Amino acid sequence: MADAGDVLPARTQVRSIAWTRRRQAAARVWAEYRRSRMGMVGLVILVLFVVTAVLSPVLVDPGQLDVTKATGLPMSAPSAEFPLGTDESGRSVLALTLVGSRVSILVGFLATIMSVVIGSAFGIAAGHFGGWSESVLMRVTDWFLVIPFLPLAIVLATILGPSLLNIAFVIGITSWPGTARLIRAQTLAVKSRPYIERARALGAGNWHQITRHILPNVFPLIFANTVLIVAVAILSETTLAFLGLGDPLQVSWGSMLDSAFSTGAASIGAWWYLLPPGIAIVLIVLAFTMCGQALEAVLNPRLRERQ
Amino acid sequence: MATATARARPRLRVRGLSGMPRYVSAKVVGAVLSLAFVLVFNFFLFRVLPGDPAKNLTRNRLVPAEQVQALQESFGLGKPLSAQFTSYVRDTLSGDLGISYKFRQPVSRVIADRIWPTVLLLGVSTILSTVIGLLIGIRGAWRRGSLFDRGSLAVSLTLYAMPEFWLGILLLIAFGVGVGAFPGLFPTGGLSSAGTEIWSLGGIGDVARHLFLPCLTLTLAYLAEYALVMRSSLLDEMGQDYLVTARAKGLRDALVLRRHAVPNALLPTATLVFLNLGFIVSGAITIETVYSWPGLGLLSYEALRTPDYPLLQGVFLLFSAGVIVANLFADMLYSLLDPRVRSG
Repeated sequence: MADAGDVLPARTQVRSIAWTRRRQAAARVWAEYRRSRMGMVGLVILVLFVVTAVLSPVLVDPGQLDVTKATGLPMSAPSAEFPLGTDESGRSVLALTLVGSRVSILVGFLATIMSVVIGSAFGIAAGHFGGWSESVLMRVTDWFLVIPFLPLAIVLATILGPSLLNIAFVIGITSWPGTARLIRAQTLAVKSRPYIERARALGAGNWHQITRHILPNVFPLIFANTVLIVAVAILSETTLAFLGLGDPLQVSWGSMLDSAFSTGAASIGAWWYLLPPGIAIVLIVLAFTMCGQALEAVLNPRLRERQ
Repeated sequence: MATATARARPRLRVRGLSGMPRYVSAKVVGAVLSLAFVLVFNFFLFRVLPGDPAKNLTRNRLVPAEQVQALQESFGLGKPLSAQFTSYVRDTLSGDLGISYKFRQPVSRVIADRIWPTVLLLGVSTILSTVIGLLIGIRGAWRRGSLFDRGSLAVSLTLYAMPEFWLGILLLIAFGVGVGAFPGLFPTGGLSSAGTEIWSLGGIGDVARHLFLPCLTLTLAYLAEYALVMRSSLLDEMGQDYLVTARAKGLRDALVLRRHAVPNALLPTATLVFLNLGFIVSGAITIETVYSWPGLGLLSYEALRTPDYPLLQGVFLLFSAGVIVANLFADMLYSLLDPRVRSG
């Protein structure tokens, strides 16, 4: 990266060898992953959800979501016109559930990116540099690990105000410590290998060691962890939205459950309003967990030994 | 058999205490630092936004002018930051957390009234979810691949994927409100029925009936993770050589499991139970909201819907302090049970 200016033929060759090797490794992982039934089922469900989320503007006419233009009776049971019934203002629950997938998945991904970037940066820095910087970084990590998530998220979200980006930020900033610990342990393991010592002896700087040697070796674990974190992030979004901290202008599965519960859907037994968003959450979180565990079984050396 | 039992028993005994003082002092210093960090964080949290924090916190909301002024005073605006900080620390440490907007009472008194219902709910459900989760995990790992194992794995993963408040709402409909011709079996909310004297035999039964559904929800929501972790750490142990040795010397399977594998596999799970306290607190907030259980969780919800900042800060401080102290105890207990952590 920093030395892109002086590209020598020999170096490009070395790099292309490295990339070929990485592509082969990825192909091996995929071949092994495909043998896991759990992982494949999870992957299929995920693809279905992502396709729905992307296509939802086409599938659902935005007018259907406008409270003032709703055509159905409030809280009516499923019928031919409304296959999943209506909400408290007469909108189709099916349309809401389809549209809700967008915010839930978007917030899930945004929060995960943030969480993984912070967690990996902390973990690699702590593992690579050691000494007092490691103590300080791990002290901060432990603090975030021990502070109860939801009270912290509530305080942050109330102060920042409800919006989609703020919710993603709050989830991201509270969910990274687990990643940091995991990545630190892996960095320490990689650091003790002889080729790092060789690179250092040849004069490689910290940046070179981290980007060329540590990161590629830690990356598989980061990836498996990322998939598991998306599941947690989607659940967290649901919880925060249920507590009324989500973006008031956007429909998400959590905000649907919030309005269902606060308008008394539970006491009149309006199951059609409560079940669809909940089942959607369970399915997508389950799918992410299944993919993450299957990936972990392939990529985590410690788990691989067990089989 | 009796001799085997007698010989195996010392396994669980607390072994030598070398390295204990150093370990304990390191952990206590860590916990104190965490608490101090919470204090500082809480102080700056309400001051990071540019401009007047009192106005920022009340923007777009109808707040009487006197409340804005009270807020400005409580922030000590106009005084230097260091003076604001020292007065904040002094007030907080002496238990003065400000006045709640909603209840118009000192925050510390509002909180004190709500602690015990939460302790009762979390205590009972933590114990139940730990015990049941561990038993399921042990059985699943021991009979790996059996119908029980596959079934419990599927149920655990599904429970783990559920938002706990959604599970709560479903149970509320099924057993509280009633479905179709089935009447609700349990009360739908609150701590006790109106007009019941709590400290009587009937009153305790009444509270227990109210406790049942929220407690069931939290137990189901949390036992899944314990079952999954116990299963995987027992599977790790079962690959170890010492278990082969134990079997080779002729011990019965049940004994190998009970005396050798489980005690070792318990250690990581025990850490998790305490690390999870932070998440259990989160569960309390949503479940108490669903069942109108009058504890700290419902109080947080009321505070955030108002929004009542002094109360919100107070609850946050208390939850954080509680979890930090509980983790400190867990570390102590852990070091008594497993001498290896002291040298690490």
